[in-house]
Amino acid sequence: MTAHFTSPAFKENAHQALHDPALQRALGNVESGFIAKRRKAADKLPEFEALRDSARDIKNHTLAHLDLYLEAYEAKVTAAGGHVHFAPTAEDASKIVTDICRRVGARTVAKGKSMISEEIELNAHLEAAGVKPIETDLGEYIIQLRGERPSHIVAPVIHLNRDQIESDFRRVHSDLPAERDLHAPESLLAEARGVLRKRFLEADVGITGANFLVAETGTSIIVTNEGNGDLSQTLPRVHIVLASIEKLVPTLEDASQMLRVLARSATGQEISVYTTFSTGPRRAGDVDGPEEYHVVLLDNGRSAMLAGEFREMLRCIRCAACMNHCPVYHAVGGHAYGWVYPGPMGSVLSPSLIGVDKAGHLPNASTFCGRCESVCPVRIPLPKLMRHWREREFERHLSPATVRSGLRLWGFFARRPRLYRLATRTAMGALALLGRRKGRFRSLPLAGGWTATRDFAAPEGSTFQAQWAARKDRA
Amino acid sequence: MSAASAPARPRVGLFATCLVDLIRPSVGFAAANLIEQAGCEVVVPPQTCCGQPAFNNGDRATARDLALQAIDAFQGVDYVVAPSGSCAGQLKKHVPELFAGEPDLSRRADAFAAKVFELVTFLVDVRGMTSVQARFDGVVTYHDSCAGLRELGVKAQPRKLLESVQGLTIAEMKDPDVCCGFGGTFAVKYGEISDAIVAKKADNVVAAGAGTLLAGDLGCLMNMAGKLQREGRPVRVRHVAEVLAGMGEEPAIGEPTRGE
Repeated sequence: MTAHFTSPAFKENAHQALHDPALQRALGNVESGFIAKRRKAADKLPEFEALRDSARDIKNHTLAHLDLYLEAYEAKVTAAGGHVHFAPTAEDASKIVTDICRRVGARTVAKGKSMISEEIELNAHLEAAGVKPIETDLGEYIIQLRGERPSHIVAPVIHLNRDQIESDFRRVHSDLPAERDLHAPESLLAEARGVLRKRFLEADVGITGANFLVAETGTSIIVTNEGNGDLSQTLPRVHIVLASIEKLVPTLEDASQMLRVLARSATGQEISVYTTFSTGPRRAGDVDGPEEYHVVLLDNGRSAMLAGEFREMLRCIRCAACMNHCPVYHAVGGHAYGWVYPGPMGSVLSPSLIGVDKAGHLPNASTFCGRCESVCPVRIPLPKLMRHWREREFERHLSPATVRSGLRLWGFFARRPRLYRLATRTAMGALALLGRRKGRFRSLPLAGGWTATRDFAAPEGSTFQAQWAARKDRA
Repeated sequence: MSAASAPARPRVGLFATCLVDLIRPSVGFAAANLIEQAGCEVVVPPQTCCGQPAFNNGDRATARDLALQAIDAFQGVDYVVAPSGSCAGQLKKHVPELFAGEPDLSRRADAFAAKVFELVTFLVDVRGMTSVQARFDGVVTYHDSCAGLRELGVKAQPRKLLESVQGLTIAEMKDPDVCCGFGGTFAVKYGEISDAIVAKKADNVVAAGAGTLLAGDLGCLMNMAGKLQREGRPVRVRHVAEVLAGMGEEPAIGEPTRGE
């Protein structure tokens, strides 16, 4: 994996995140912003819950016939004059894109926001090939200025505060007069727009992701709030759509249903500001559009997921509602997860894509509170799927030795009710005696993870079962 | 067995849960008292644990053994009632998953799951209880534990019964339905993150201005009590059953027992 891959160090990452005051301040925005907005948008739409069912069903149907829809999609794109490239691995996808850039002699590439680009490390590959990628989404642009990774799949810079971004702008846009006000987000956006406008016009190739691919028409759909996606795909000579295979939906009607749950779940908008459909290159008589149109379809482990118990994860439409509602994400932010996809969706997806031996912490770092599943627009049972990863880890002896031996000891007694009653009665009696004066313990062996910061209640005395039996005997 | 076909005085097997059995038996007695008030006979078959720690740590074999143990032990009862949304959720929602695709065991697991209920939802939704005869002078705030809330729909029922307690006022906290950070073994495996989550919860509890924090799950309660006590916050913590059964004068969670 890469230098940015730190999932095995999740605990250390989390420790640092919890002790980073700026990050903690920024994470407050996740809780205060996204949740209330989604709630409001959902409450305003009487059929929202029914739409979620429908979105789940559309995705399930598509996944059940994915081979057919992929073929249909490819045929339509080809008929419209575009080219579809299948990329089995991340390396394949990066190579296909850089080869196209090389062939057309591209010096700069304007990029819309794409998590697939992050997954395949496209920017590093482009730079190695001498092509300069320019991120045009405001958040991604800031990430690129800072040499960072997105910490959220919809809001890449949610881990930053406004003053941090302002100082990055002043550092990089060195011609900015000191008195120029960059305090409001709108002024930051205007400043970025001014710089980026030139880059759009210079770019030889535009690369965008896709929120949906429509089999019926061979159309790719992206949603943005800044309009940068439109410019990335209409101004340059060549447009490359970078998407994973599960983005398919059968028809435009299906896509419009998906769009209704996507924006509401992601940002609480009824619909994103820009929803852009593109089908093939510029036709004779079109006033604008690219000369070449390519779609790179990434598999990277997804067709293997189709056949297994993680298939439901392929319904994901990347709205980020799960991480927006996750208490663990709220506590540590997205970078702690150590790879491209943070939060609950990443805790299921990352082990599928990079291996549970490497991403093993992620499905364990959940309280299973279930809030993610309760807001998922396509009803992915995220806790259940995380539990399946824990089962794979347990089977492969990847769980920590302390957890395994603790479970084994506890399992030994729990399977033997008579012995359990005897042992627990004695143990609780002794512990109760020890904790009698205070009623609680400030430290307990083997439970340091708890008692470092929290007291642990002492047992009242004898067990309930012993007391109940004694009471029945007396009666 | 459905409520409609239940006998006049149903026999209820109390699944105390291992935490109540070991740490706070008074919750078991409070639960038994309430189930009797609801016109049922209470029995306590031999029991250990619902198997959730094994299930959630990926050890399905142990989870299955413990599920079968519970199914056998509670064969002769009309209902299985647990003073915990988390353990009741395990027995009601997850035990059947463990035997999917095995017709005989699956049938037994489904029949068992159908008679499992969380305590307060059993009292209100199954037995139609609308009030309790109890007194508690003070302001309480109620935390919605995750599994009870999202797997079993425990939300209005405890509040409804609490409103009938004489002298009691409910002051809702901010985000009562957000996780306290317990998460079973998560609280120890990822103690630092768990602590950060419970610290927020403790702030919300204190800001509600209530003298007592209530919830329906002992794991969450011990986590929140442990944090509040470590920080010296003046909030007492109890299982909701204690207050509903009129036992709100006994020492709260983490307080020294009297006399002896």
